[in-house]
Amino acid sequence: MSLTIIHLFLLLSPLRKQRIYVQCFSLTMSGNKEEEDPRINGIKTKIRVVTCSVSKIAGIMFQDITTVLLDPKAFKDTIDLFVERYRDNNISVVAGIEARGFLFGPPIALAIGAKFVPLPKPKKLPGETIFEEYELEYGNDRLEMHVGAVEAGDRALVVDDLIATGGTLCAAINLLERVGAEVVECACVIELPELQGRQRLKGKPLCMLVEYR
Amino acid sequence: KEKERETMFAAENGLKGDPRLEAISAAIRVVPNFPKKGIMFQDITTLLLDHKAFKHTIDIFVDRYKDMQISVVAGVEARGFMFGPSIALAIGAKFVPLRKPGKLPGKVISESYELEYGHDRLEMHVDAVKPLERVIIIDDLVATGGTLSAAISLMESQGAEVVECACVIGLPEVKGQHKLKGKPLYVLVEPSGLDEFC
Repeated sequence: MSLTIIHLFLLLSPLRKQRIYVQCFSLTMSGNKEEEDPRINGIKTKIRVVTCSVSKIAGIMFQDITTVLLDPKAFKDTIDLFVERYRDNNISVVAGIEARGFLFGPPIALAIGAKFVPLPKPKKLPGETIFEEYELEYGNDRLEMHVGAVEAGDRALVVDDLIATGGTLCAAINLLERVGAEVVECACVIELPELQGRQRLKGKPLCMLVEYR
Repeated sequence: KEKERETMFAAENGLKGDPRLEAISAAIRVVPNFPKKGIMFQDITTLLLDHKAFKHTIDIFVDRYKDMQISVVAGVEARGFMFGPSIALAIGAKFVPLRKPGKLPGKVISESYELEYGHDRLEMHVDAVKPLERVIIIDDLVATGGTLSAAISLMESQGAEVVECACVIGLPEVKGQHKLKGKPLYVLVEPSGLDEFC
């Protein structure tokens, strides 16, 4: 993939030593920051925002990606955008966070020739596992990974539908690093930037397609 | 074509001797005594680690369904999610997740099914499937067929037509049958042999 002007600037700039997060796909190959990849808007219009009922968390606006999956073109565009970014990047593992990471991770893994590794909640995986805890609003939860699924030296992506606080992604990064893998990037369809999840990714870059404020 | 079909297995339905089936079977790990003693759990996570074998799995389903005017691939949470979307993408169909209760954010319909002890429910968004749509339902494994039967009921309640249920693995309880609630069942492999994983 050829570098845009913005990419070159970041490579040469002393600011690169700090954490610079390049928002994916807001730049075209010509480096024109105003022009977004045209597929992005098509995806964004398919995401349904649902106000949660009392039985769930009252008043929370839920970003529902199931409506993207109902549109074959929007779903294909979502996968294509990530595949185009990663296929020449020697990624050997795509790790997907249960359960909506399982919807996007495997198609990406298949297209780029990588293994797919599911990271579910406890007691789902049948073999020997390691786990990493993360905080919820009240209490903790855990992500698990099979021992042996990921090896030292693997180059990994972590995929989920959405990044909010970054807690689960951070737990995923920890799991992968504990077995000696290198986390290259986290990839999400949606970011809720006001929750500052980007700050909790242990310095790893985030690629997202759509942000909601 | 329907009259010739005796069993649900791919090897007896056009793919006899296909080396891809061997590769898929070999990639599936058996975990004894999970989730409880006496059960030989068929672990497909090792299939997902084998890129070639995983691709073969998807390719076989895609080859089968791509010319059948399928407009919906429905996948049962959570392992159906690992196969269904790739098939949907390749055949140009919608993907519809069928989930445990309380996970889907919008208005849902639900269908209950029996577990060994008690019941569980499968939910689907009300607007996901339209009448007369042609549907494939995907899961990693079929045992008693309870979950798939609930999925079929969900689809039919919306006026959609279930063309086939497709699974990677079919357990002995279902062997010899090739229909579930009157719907055809298509399965790639039988359970893998005992305790190969080291």
